[in-house]
Amino acid sequence: MKQKIGRRELAAGGAALIASFALGGARAQIKSGDKPEASEIWLKVRASLFENRPITNVGDDALTLDAPVRAEDAAVVPIAMRARLPHTESNYVAKLYLIIDNNPSPISAIFSFTPQSGRADIETRVRVDEYTFVRAIAETSDGRLLMRTRFVKASGGCSAPPGKDPQAALASLGKIRLRVDGDVVLGKPTLAQLMISHPNDSGMVMDQFTRQFTPRRFVRSVNVAYAGQAVLSADLDFSISENPNLRFYFLPRGPGQLTAEVVDTNQSAWKSSLDLTPSA
Amino acid sequence: MLAVRLLCSLLCLGGAGLALAQTALAVQPLAPGVYVHQGRIEDWGPENGGDVANLGFVVGQRCVAVIDSGGTPLLGQRWRATIERTTRLPICFVIDTHAHPDHVLGNAAFAGPGTRFVASAKFNAAMSARAPYFLRALERDFGISAPQASVVQPTLAVDGTREFDLGDRVLVAQTWPTAHTDNDLTVYDRNTRTLFTSDLLFVEHIPVVDGNLRGWLATMQQLARIAATLIVPGHGPTRPAGPEAWAPQQAYLEALLRETRAALKSGKTLSQAVDSVGTQAASGWQLAERFHRRNVTAAFAELEWED
Repeated sequence: MKQKIGRRELAAGGAALIASFALGGARAQIKSGDKPEASEIWLKVRASLFENRPITNVGDDALTLDAPVRAEDAAVVPIAMRARLPHTESNYVAKLYLIIDNNPSPISAIFSFTPQSGRADIETRVRVDEYTFVRAIAETSDGRLLMRTRFVKASGGCSAPPGKDPQAALASLGKIRLRVDGDVVLGKPTLAQLMISHPNDSGMVMDQFTRQFTPRRFVRSVNVAYAGQAVLSADLDFSISENPNLRFYFLPRGPGQLTAEVVDTNQSAWKSSLDLTPSA
Repeated sequence: MLAVRLLCSLLCLGGAGLALAQTALAVQPLAPGVYVHQGRIEDWGPENGGDVANLGFVVGQRCVAVIDSGGTPLLGQRWRATIERTTRLPICFVIDTHAHPDHVLGNAAFAGPGTRFVASAKFNAAMSARAPYFLRALERDFGISAPQASVVQPTLAVDGTREFDLGDRVLVAQTWPTAHTDNDLTVYDRNTRTLFTSDLLFVEHIPVVDGNLRGWLATMQQLARIAATLIVPGHGPTRPAGPEAWAPQQAYLEALLRETRAALKSGKTLSQAVDSVGTQAASGWQLAERFHRRNVTAAFAELEWED
């Protein structure tokens, strides 16, 4: 019998991955996008998340993954994962996994959806450390796994994943903005954006003098609900850029409050809400 | 002897590297005692040996200050050899203008008991965060493996202004609010009124935003008021001081600001903005294809938090 992996276990799995891949020694630096299935890190991630379940490579009709060919700014790389499958009460995409093979913590985000999401469609921004495969994996409510893979080249020269102004980032920590652009129409998937001002520190930067690591502090989870019903739940890691930014959908079926709860690894929590009255 | 050999095994690329290390860099005497090596207008990479940033040195009565050490440990050696052909005075200061690899990865070549390294008070934090990535790029792209220890951490920190006496010649180093980076440091030679702008000024090479766009525009206003005669930018040819030296960069950065704000206002996403913002303004610059989209990304991530 297959056991479902809970969120807590996934989080623990993620931590284990950090330890074994990143701090364990030098990673091989790849330059080409050949053989995505042979990526050693992917094989480990795959085993940890999905065991032996079959994963089908699909096309744009089922799932799209938008990622630039080259990370222009290593600290802020836009990524979009969009499921193109039906999203109904009984048949929907329940999860989207974002895997960045060669980042220190490859399991970058796991987004969970409900029928009230309207769509399994996420845009966010990530850090890209190295030449790497980026993967989007959709898990349907009936347990199928569908994958898209892209190869992203690391940025050159002076661009690096750490934030540009750590002092400023710390000063504005915890500001949060929840927004709906455009009309809110009854029964129509509606696009919302959540912006969180947070340095999202990896805790992997060592001060050369003190030999101390900066404290790890990043946004761990985001929970969004509309009219009391969950529409999005996200398990995040420090691959997500400074000032985490999520664009997602929800399905308004009447007037209600859109609420977002954000928790970081220090157990600091922030909330934001928006009262909405959809038009018919 | 053993120490020399060890140092070489850390820093040289065998015999070929050693020969190359002795090849002098082209140096232009700019004003009495002020010398500049102009890097190529290219992205930092193996095809140019990392020789893309402008490097300078200033000679006083007592000693020499080096302004940026070069883009690789090997280039640092060539730079040092070049300087030592010009003057016999000791190098007392190496001034790191900001924590980018093309400017400071040559530091190790200058390490020694008589030489002190100078940088912004924010340099070490920025370099600590970035060094692993720079060293990996050095290994991946240049085939040079440099140990973490070859990244010299400056011990003389500047926060505001600080003067450095070279003997009858005082250099003024100055920090600025976050602009090109959060640790930009300019160097001004009072004797000849020469201003080394660090990467706060790009000439011909498209400006690169790795700090704060609005901060950079504000800082430029201040810099343009310094009573300098000559300006040495971080990249591109030296210019006579004056508003014309700053105008092209200002026009580009202002267009970036204006058009990114407009994109945000019209509800464009980051990916959409990257494809549309500032294309016209970027078109006259060298390396626009390499850096413009990155600039839009940085501007977008900064400006979306504006009220």
